[in-house]
Amino acid sequence: MIAFLLAQTIAITGGTVYPVSGPKIENATVLIRDGRIAAVGTNVAVPAGATRIDASGKWVTPGLIDGAGQMGLREIGAVQGTNEYTQRGNDVAAGFNVLEGINPASTLIAVNRMEGVTTTLAVPGYLGVPPSNGLIWGQAALIDLNGATIETMRIKSPAAIVAGLSEAAKDASGGSRAAVAQRLRRVLNDAREYATRRADYRRRQIQDLSASAADLEALQPVLRGELPLIVLANRRSDIETALRIAREYKLRLILAGAAEGWMIPGELAAAGVPVLIEPMDNIPSFDALGIRYENAPLLAKGGVKVALMETTTENTRDLRQQAGNAVASGMTWDQALRAVTLTPAEIFGVADRYGSLDAGKVANVVVWSGDPFDFSTGVEHVFIRGKDIRLRSRQTELLERYKTLPPKY
Amino acid sequence: MRQLSGALGLIVLVVGCASAGARTKTAAAPAAASAPAAAATQDTAAGIGPQYPSTYQRHPNPPVLIRNATIMTAAGQEIQGGSILFKDGRIVAVGTNVQAPTDATVVDGTGKWVTPGVIDTHSHIGVFAAPGTFAESDGNEATNPVTAEVWAEHSFWPQDPQIPLAIAGGVTTIQALPGSANLIGGRSAVLKLVPARSVQEMKFPGAHYGLKMACGENPKRTYGGRGGAPSTRMGNMAGYRAAFIAAQDYRRRWDKWNKDHQGDPPERNLRNESLAEVLRGNIYVQNHCYRADEMMQMLDLAHEFGFKIRSFHHAVEAYKIADVLAREGTAVSIWSDWWGFKEEAMDGIYENAALVQQAGGRVVIHSDDASGIQRLNQEAAKAMYHGRRAGIPVTRDQAVRWFTANPAWVLGVDSIVGTLEPGKMADVVLWSADPLSVYARAIQVYNDGWLVYDRNDPAHQPKTDFTLGQP
Repeated sequence: MIAFLLAQTIAITGGTVYPVSGPKIENATVLIRDGRIAAVGTNVAVPAGATRIDASGKWVTPGLIDGAGQMGLREIGAVQGTNEYTQRGNDVAAGFNVLEGINPASTLIAVNRMEGVTTTLAVPGYLGVPPSNGLIWGQAALIDLNGATIETMRIKSPAAIVAGLSEAAKDASGGSRAAVAQRLRRVLNDAREYATRRADYRRRQIQDLSASAADLEALQPVLRGELPLIVLANRRSDIETALRIAREYKLRLILAGAAEGWMIPGELAAAGVPVLIEPMDNIPSFDALGIRYENAPLLAKGGVKVALMETTTENTRDLRQQAGNAVASGMTWDQALRAVTLTPAEIFGVADRYGSLDAGKVANVVVWSGDPFDFSTGVEHVFIRGKDIRLRSRQTELLERYKTLPPKY
Repeated sequence: MRQLSGALGLIVLVVGCASAGARTKTAAAPAAASAPAAAATQDTAAGIGPQYPSTYQRHPNPPVLIRNATIMTAAGQEIQGGSILFKDGRIVAVGTNVQAPTDATVVDGTGKWVTPGVIDTHSHIGVFAAPGTFAESDGNEATNPVTAEVWAEHSFWPQDPQIPLAIAGGVTTIQALPGSANLIGGRSAVLKLVPARSVQEMKFPGAHYGLKMACGENPKRTYGGRGGAPSTRMGNMAGYRAAFIAAQDYRRRWDKWNKDHQGDPPERNLRNESLAEVLRGNIYVQNHCYRADEMMQMLDLAHEFGFKIRSFHHAVEAYKIADVLAREGTAVSIWSDWWGFKEEAMDGIYENAALVQQAGGRVVIHSDDASGIQRLNQEAAKAMYHGRRAGIPVTRDQAVRWFTANPAWVLGVDSIVGTLEPGKMADVVLWSADPLSVYARAIQVYNDGWLVYDRNDPAHQPKTDFTLGQP
């Protein structure tokens, strides 16, 4: 049985295929074998015995990737017992990895994947408004939205360490943006020193360092430039502080929020720093008085690598609407599709396996009735690692129960 | 993040609403609507003179003819190649053959759409203003579970930078509500969404005050968390009942005095005055309530005291009792897809709006959110298409009514605004594309005939004082 499932071959035929890595292909076939994409094109032979999915008149895209949320880490926002995304009491929680907090049985997973989101970055802390406080929030994990166990969902962990440089981070650092920046530098300096003096640290022959050994150890791949540091920063000056510190320590920086990023696309592009953005955000706060709808389009136009995120985790499915609104605000449609597929895969270092419809990649594929961003479009099929996901959730069961009143209990 | 600032946020922004209403189509005639300080329900209480009257005045604007657009009237028609003419704040003609007077501004609507102005029954703009600090967090008088005596208009800040953002989303009328920390949170303000120096200049002549009531988690958490009452849902119910029992007595004494004027008038009590107006049917109950079983309790409460609930708000489980809501004539002001941010919101489904519509109920897509208010057309579209995919028929006209005519009814102004029909107030939005598409943006917004927003003309993009000189 298992061997049979692994050997399953699926041919999605006749659709308009958007590989993202290249131009759209009319009347094309996407061949899936053993959970991978075997071939994409107009001249693909469908093996005998393959399961055929007729996608005539449909659109076929890679599964959508959410740039940052708390999928699996947050069941009901207001019920503290169901939330797993923070390590309270530790302002420098670099060693806190969220992975084992993920609940593969979370009802949010089925609700959101059936709208075309197949992959999310599960982050420690909250990147929306108001954001988490604390300086370093922990390690994020990239997961596929299917699997009975954490191991089967996991793509990459850690995929990044997350830190805050917004107004909210001030509480943890004495109440000044300057103190926040200085504290982050001290932590990074201490992590460097720790790496060269581990034995001294163990023998307590070293001055007190600003974080635990576990947290300083966790920062080593960040200092080596191997693991990206996601920094939440919205005000222009905070973004520039993040850029400055990243330069000083040669970090691989990813900006999240970046509400006033539109003011300095050139700086971000020159630094090669990608951004995770919510394009529908435009409510001013003192953390980002210059926030505006046009942020994502202006950054994309300026050559910045833009990926989208939906921080309202239970409605990660609104990533589609975020992308559509980015288009309405001036992003090209192709840029927007890339911002929810290949670009996040690149940012998180998995573009060799995810983000586009190319032979050899993991078969996360969505068949849509039309334009994925518009409301008139429905999801027809969702494949995650080649598995045709049943489009059912707790919500569809509620619908079935109450479609005719009174309900039959 | 939208939920955090809206329905979930406790101190900063506890949401809520409740509705009760008695009247149907007896609101002031259109002719009276533009008159400043019309003797409107909003400005009076039985036996009491005018209170904080509206000073709203229509802003002069030349006549406007939008031609060759697709016009969605929200009154049953979608007119291809249609024109709409409005003058002096009134819609003069809608159709395929409309002539422009010589002094009219002619707007080419080719490839564009026109709808009535968007109306939000549930906004906290102005009372929970941006930039979102404690300084302008004025929506919850969370010092007593029953504060029917407070009025949202006395908190409303006309320089809230969220106002121009909502206008740019096509919004022309809002109900600004107190939050939902309290069982009875106070009076709402029904406002024309126009730049103004004071809230009085925005008060919608002829609109009915709402009374914000809230069920469920928020009041019991707010007060139970302090060791006070209510701390349970049964405590919530006892709180409403005690308040209305007191109001019944107050109303009786005032009604008697108003009739015979014997002796000194009874002592005024602002709390009971608001509640007595609910009992008289002059103030509409706007009831924040998520769960079906709790809405049933609230309907029983309304029966006990003889008032109507005009609209339940949030009502994520309305689909479970859609038949009852239709029978009761109580509208639902709902989101398209919010769910799961708290326990009483767990059972939200996309098809909520469509199922209530199908059962004959009155659906309103509301925002409760300064971000969502900018895209109520999109939320309606989401709800319409998901309903259709589930096999529930919803027409485009019905979906547009969800953010125009139906909210107008909830606020008691449906004879004045909410549809594009001759004689109605000229609250008109010109969209760049089909408003039920994600790609549509409001290009022009007319409020009472005034071009209050033009996407292509910075001279018609109002900014509040707060925004001046900022990045």
